Formats: sequence, structure tokens, C-alpha cells
Amino acid sequence: MSPGIRRGAVLIGLAVVLALVVTASFALGTRAIDLSSTLAALTGSGEGTDAMVVIDLRGPRTLIGLAAGLALAVAGALMQGVTRNPLADPGILGVNAGASLLVVVAISVLGVSSVVGYVWFAFAGAALATVLVYLVGSGRSGATPVSLTLAGAAVTALLTAVITLVLLTDLETLSQFRFWQVGSLTARDAGTVAVVLPFIAVGLLVAIALGPRLNALSLGDDMATGLGQSVRATRIAAATAIVLLCGGATAIAGPIVFVGLVVPHVARRLVGPDYRWIIAYSVVLGPMLLLVADILGRLVVQPAELEAGLLVAALGAPVLVALVRGSRVSAL
Amino acid sequence: MKRYILVSGAFLVVLLALAFLSLAIGGFGDPPSNVLSALAGGDDRFTVVRLRLPRLVLAVLVGACLGIAGTVFQTLLGNPLASPDLIGVSQGASAAAAGAFLLGGLSGPAVSVAAFAGALVVAAIITVLSWRNGISSYRFVLIGIGIAFLVQAFLGYLLTRADLKEAQGALVWLVGSIGTPGWDEIGITAILAGVLALSMLPLRPALRMLQLGDDTATGLGVSVTRSRALLTVVAVGFAAIAVAVAGPVLFVAFVAGPIARRVVRSSEASLVASALVGAVVVVAADFLGQRALGDARVPVGVVTSLVGAPYLLWLLARDNRSRGTA
Repeated sequence: MSPGIRRGAVLIGLAVVLALVVTASFALGTRAIDLSSTLAALTGSGEGTDAMVVIDLRGPRTLIGLAAGLALAVAGALMQGVTRNPLADPGILGVNAGASLLVVVAISVLGVSSVVGYVWFAFAGAALATVLVYLVGSGRSGATPVSLTLAGAAVTALLTAVITLVLLTDLETLSQFRFWQVGSLTARDAGTVAVVLPFIAVGLLVAIALGPRLNALSLGDDMATGLGQSVRATRIAAATAIVLLCGGATAIAGPIVFVGLVVPHVARRLVGPDYRWIIAYSVVLGPMLLLVADILGRLVVQPAELEAGLLVAALGAPVLVALVRGSRVSAL
Repeated sequence: MKRYILVSGAFLVVLLALAFLSLAIGGFGDPPSNVLSALAGGDDRFTVVRLRLPRLVLAVLVGACLGIAGTVFQTLLGNPLASPDLIGVSQGASAAAAGAFLLGGLSGPAVSVAAFAGALVVAAIITVLSWRNGISSYRFVLIGIGIAFLVQAFLGYLLTRADLKEAQGALVWLVGSIGTPGWDEIGITAILAGVLALSMLPLRPALRMLQLGDDTATGLGVSVTRSRALLTVVAVGFAAIAVAVAGPVLFVAFVAGPIARRVVRSSEASLVASALVGAVVVVAADFLGQRALGDARVPVGVVTSLVGAPYLLWLLARDNRSRGTA
């Protein structure tokens, strides 16, 4: 079997697993619903409480899990490709914090209440943080994993402080802040997702188109230029896609860390260094990780729930540690 | 040496001036007509002695402890980025303190002990995980940042599980703030800080020699592994007692050492100067937080982050530029 066919077959297999996870996300929870009722509800023929739970409660969070997981994973793959930095992740590099900050400012200071209004602030914030982290983290010698990660940590700390400052003026929001800051799939409704989806779709398309260019870029800036590529144009296009994806994901799910870090690495293990395949695998694996985390969160502490962001952090931090211990970064 | 004493004296004067300012026009209550007479028991005694003095004393203690903790960590790892608030040690103390408070219903010294245990566990985990033929300081810092995310998630979990009223009480461990502490709380912190300071005294020569490199230190008769372990435990202790009462007041530990070093103009870590700088930073930040935004009371941790994070960014940007031109 040629590698292309094998990769394609694995991808299809993973897509089937994702379909199962999505079904589980509809069926499992504090109120377990059997498969036939779930399917009936999904096809529109179900009725009663079960159908309501499936469609109205679990529908939006499953959709959010799919969209946010995909967006964060693809953004992480792009970031790792463009910066040639194995530790790049929208959460670690502060991009999600930037999106969060401007959303908070839009809501509590400018009084923006509609999603259509504040989604733009999420994009602006993500863009701001991306530029800031990149400028600080990359000198003439280029961005090293250490300097980018530290710049991300510093920017996150700074932005989180400003977020706290904004929220402090209002004690009620402060108590919501604790829920918001862990990252959750239940914070928004289906309407919000519908507003954000087109942006994530555009970001995804740009990312897919950039795949071959990222492969050239992974050989180094000089090599990519030699291959007839405008490195600057690639960077700008990738940054635009990252901003669309991260801004969209944060607007619907809050600041979730580690999806963008873990998923591209798992994808790389499965398909090797070709970014076209890494991005394709991230599209499937990202939602899978986030939805599995969300489903686990519903089941482990019943009848309460654990936010998906918490479980992803618990799964992701060991991966980061393993990466730092691994050969690629330890040369530093 | 002379400059060292001079500079420390200058920091002390700044600290006293800030202290006077905080007592005179700090938050809560009307400005007293005469601070000194109030301290001596005159008018406005309540505002000054009951409301502002405890806050001021705790701010000084917290700042001093964080300053020392940061400097020892930075010196041990030979890296200005290895301060307890960046690598997750402060967050570990926070999560453990919040856990003790929310889950165990503990208070007072028990919370400090829990914070110490949490910080120590985090420090041990980072050390073990970053150990590979010795410690590389950057590996240590990066793994620390990863652990910090994990601990932060755990803290987030604790806060979302608690009922709203208790969570309000535990929010201090999320943002870092100095409320209106009781004298018993201050007393415990002061005693613990005193014990740690005493145990620091015999370790100072070893710390000085470790700066010269492990090989040189060994040659000078220092038992490197033992000294490092003891110094780490004491530094973790300093960070933990500060965090137990005030939460993770970020960036104080990070900036105190470098500022002290720069002003003293010595390559050596100066613990007294760092403690004074830490105290000045926390008192000033708390004063700003209470006063700068009109009626809004901003926790000290927010102010220190707003000031400290740009400093870290500047440091990184400068390092990159110099590395690029070199």
C-alpha cells in the first residue's frame, strides 16, 4: 500500500471514530440516553425530554466542541509550522488571552451584548496578541522555542491582569470569571456558533492552502525563498488564519490551552512531517480531543461536571513536559 | 560593601516614605489628620491602626519573602527567568492553600503549611522532570511553565466547585491580594519568615559560592547537592508563606532580585536588598491599587502583573536583540 493510501485510510478511520465520539457526546452525560432515542432525536423524530436534552443541551456543546477543537488544533499546527517551534500553542503563546481580553472589554466596558458585535473584538485581540508575542519573542536570530514561550507567558500574565482589572469593577462578573477562565463548551448557545463558524471555515481553508508552503518553510527561510516562495507572504497568511481560528474558538469556548499543542504532535507521530497531512489529521483529532475531554468531564464527577478546558490541561501538560524533555528542545 | 549598605539604607528610606504615605492616604476611611499622633493613640486611631497598619505590615512581609525567594531561585539556577512565580511554584502554593481552605476547611497556620507542601511538591516535580544529566535552566523554566498551567487548571477546578461565598474567600489565591488581615495572621507569617530568615543565615556563604559554578563551589569545599537542596527548600518556604496569606502576587519575586542587583551594582545576589525591593514593590503596588483608580479597589497581584509583565517582555525583547547582533 502506498503511503498516501495508508494515510488516507487512517484518516478515514479516525473520522469514523470522531463520528462515534460525536454520537457519544449526544448520548452520554448525567442523563444517559440510549442510542435509538439519540438517533431518533437527531433525525427529528424523537420526542419528550430525551429529544430536548439531545438537541437543545448537548447539540450546541457538541457543535462548539467540534468547531473549537478543529480551530485550535489547526491553529496550533500552523503556529508550529510557521515558527518552527514545537512548543507553539495558541494558549501558551497568549493568543487566546488576547481574544479573551477584548471580548471582556467589549462586553463590560463598551456594552456590546450581541455575539456579532464582540466576535470582531475577539479577532482584534487575537491579532494584537499574535503580533506582540511574535515581535517580542523573535529577534534577528529568529524565534526560539524558549523566547516565544516566555513571551507568551508574559503576554498571558499581562492580559490576564487587565482582564481581572476590567472584571473587578463588577463583582458579579468576577464570580463568573472563575468559570469562564477554565474554558468550557457550555458557555455559549448555537446562535453564537453560527456567527463564528464562517470565520473558522475561512481560517481552515487558508490553512489547507498553506500546507505545501509550510513544508517548504520547515526547511528554513532561505530554502523556502530559494524554492520561489515569499516567506513574508506565507507568514502573513498564516497569521491571518491563526487569528481567525483562535479568535473564533475563544469567542465560543473561552481560553482553552494545549489542544493546539498536543494535536499536531499526535498527528506528526501518525503521518510524519508533511504539513498537508498534519493539518488534515488535526481537523479530525482536535475535535476528538476536546469532545472526549468534555464527555469525560460529564462522567467523572457526576452529577456535577468538569469543564473541558480543565481536562485538556491535565492531558496536555504532561505532553508539554515530554516535549521539553525530548531531543528537539533540549539542545537549548 | 559600602555601596551595598548605602543602597539598602536608601531602599529602607523609600519603604518608610511609602509606608507613611499608605498610612496617611491609603484605602478605607477618611484621611487622618495626623498619622503619627494616630499611631501613638490619638485621633483616627481606628483607621490607621486597625485598618491600614495591618495591611501595610503584611505587604512588607509578603514583599520581603517573595524578594528573597525569587533571588535564591534565580541564583541557584543562574537564570533570571527561574523565579517561583514564573515556574509554577507560587501557583502550586496557591492551589494547595486554596485546597486546604476550600476542601479541608483549614485556616491560619495550617493553610501556610499546606501552601509550603504544595510549593515543595511542585518544585520537586519540576526538578525531577527537568533532570537529565544535571539541570538545564531553560528546560527547568519551560517545564515549570507547563506545570504552572496544570496547577492553574487544578486551582480553577477548585474554585468552580466551591460554593460562591467560599469561592469569594478563595479568590485571593487566584489573583493575589492583601485584604485587611488580622494581627494573628500577620504574627504567624512574621514568625515563619523569621524562622526561615534564621535558617538562611548559615546558607548564605554556600549561595555565594554556588554562583561561581558548581565545580568551583565544590573546590571551595561546598557540598553542592546538599546546599542546593537546603536552599531550594528555604526559598520554597519563603514563597509559600507569602502566597498562603496574599495569594500569587506575581512578578514580585521575578523583579526584586534583578533590580536589587542592578542598583547595588554587584554580581552577587544581595538578599537584604532584594527583600527591601520586594517590600517596596508590594507596598507601592498595593497603594496604587487602593488609590489610583478612584473607588475601584484593585488587588495588589493585578498591579504587580501590570508592571512586571511588561518588564519581562522588555527583558526578552532586549535579550533577543543583543543575541541577534552578537
